[in-house]
Amino acid sequence: MSPPPNSQGALALGRPRVPAIGARGAGALGKGLLGIYLSALVLLPVAALLSKAGSGGTSAFWREISNPEALAAIKLTLAASAIVVLINAIFGTLIAWVLVRDEFPGKRFVNTLIDLPFALPTIVAGVVLLALYGKGSPVGVDVAFTRASVGLALLFVTLPFVVRSVQPVLLELDQAMEEAAASLGAGPATVLRRIVLPSLAPAIISGVALSFARAIGEYGSLVLITGELPFKTEVGSVYIFGQISNENLPAAAAVSVLLLLVALVVLGALSFVSHRRSRHVR
Amino acid sequence: MSANAARRLGVRMLALGYLALLLGAPVGMIFYRTFEHGLAPVWSAVTAPNAEHAFWLSLEIVAIAVPLNTIFGIGMALLLERGRFWGKGLLGLVIDLPFAISPVVVGLALVLVYGKTGWLGDWLTTNGIQIIFSVPGMVIATAVVSLPFVARETMPVLRELGIDAEQAAETLGASAWQTFWRVTLPAIRWGVVYGVVLSTARALGEFGAVSIVSGRIEGQTQTLPLYVQDRFENFDSTGAYAAAVLLALLALGTLLAMNLLTRRTRGRTAS
Repeated sequence: MSPPPNSQGALALGRPRVPAIGARGAGALGKGLLGIYLSALVLLPVAALLSKAGSGGTSAFWREISNPEALAAIKLTLAASAIVVLINAIFGTLIAWVLVRDEFPGKRFVNTLIDLPFALPTIVAGVVLLALYGKGSPVGVDVAFTRASVGLALLFVTLPFVVRSVQPVLLELDQAMEEAAASLGAGPATVLRRIVLPSLAPAIISGVALSFARAIGEYGSLVLITGELPFKTEVGSVYIFGQISNENLPAAAAVSVLLLLVALVVLGALSFVSHRRSRHVR
Repeated sequence: MSANAARRLGVRMLALGYLALLLGAPVGMIFYRTFEHGLAPVWSAVTAPNAEHAFWLSLEIVAIAVPLNTIFGIGMALLLERGRFWGKGLLGLVIDLPFAISPVVVGLALVLVYGKTGWLGDWLTTNGIQIIFSVPGMVIATAVVSLPFVARETMPVLRELGIDAEQAAETLGASAWQTFWRVTLPAIRWGVVYGVVLSTARALGEFGAVSIVSGRIEGQTQTLPLYVQDRFENFDSTGAYAAAVLLALLALGTLLAMNLLTRRTRGRTAS
């Protein structure tokens, strides 16, 4: 299918290789518009956020961050997200395993349903969880306005990440290795620990990192179910929202920048690790 | 072998039980609660004037933000996959940034630029343009949070496609524009459509960013997700559930579309 080596040169003789001036102009115009679009939507707002957070110097930034209410919110955000991604790592892998290696009626339906938390508006996620686990719960479980509600909402919205990153890797995983290990006398636990988990680890880590970045910024699903109680159920994004409503923009900007930095570090580390791995494989 | 089967069953029960408790039961419950008194109260709840207004406003915002992101998303994908220029890595980072930023932070950042005390505040005021606390700001906020989808779904398709067909078209005398419309776009269309579906779902459901820039004025700058919150906080659970179920049905429609599209693309690559 590949063309003969010099076909391009031969054919190019008849016409100029450079696109016409009109096309070039259109390309430049498109790039310009794209630049304006990205500046208006992302670059300018992020610059304004950084400048607001840094407007009082580093001492003012630290003062805003170490405000007791802000600090409590940040700590809760990080702790809840850490616990949630740990549970995600275990159950996400388990669900992916069942979806790939197991057969049962309704499997395709379950597989489709996994993505529901991505498609469902976050405020609806909160309402949905409250309908079953809120006041007047038909099963007698009422987590509304407790710290457990923070974890529950975060588990709901981050559910697909680990499942969806582990699933394709598990599909590609060669079962012959596991069978070989088992035939050599390895028990199921050993096969899992020595063969399966090492191959899945990068995918699990990637799902965990994405879950974590999502969890620390989550807002919509937490609004109704947590009651936004300072020092108790107030997470970082809720604190930021409160400060904006109080027109205390420097405090809102400082906590925003901190959350943004944490998310960028986590995602940056992820892309660094996966980059190194893919180079390693090659 | 029977120990193996028992283990398999145990793992299945554990995974499905977790899913049922976290996902299935709550979603089923809200449908039950919404329709337990029949269709009539639901219908009157979703046809209440503020609900209808919120519904149409949500659609209006999506109808502006998603096409913008589609056009620019394809442009960004083409630049990142086909272009060679300084700062390409930076462009990739900028596109992904909305995934790393909390919606609340997006709202705040927009207020800091377009709000009354923001960078462009004075200029906007003297020119009589209002962005924050009105629909333009809500469109911008929605566009920001749904920015990456089309670009990110189109890029792998473009990479897979390669440049052979495009070069062939060019060699045969097609202009850049003709090549794009006749060769590139038809080949990448399902990737684009998938991105559009994801953007639409995200845009319809956006809450945090829109909540901040809208000012939440009832019957004016209230989208459907904001309406759900408003009804819930006013102890109108019928209204909140009805609007929530409407949004949930749209989400289920999205899932269905995603499912059909992945099967379609898989079928194409298989054949």
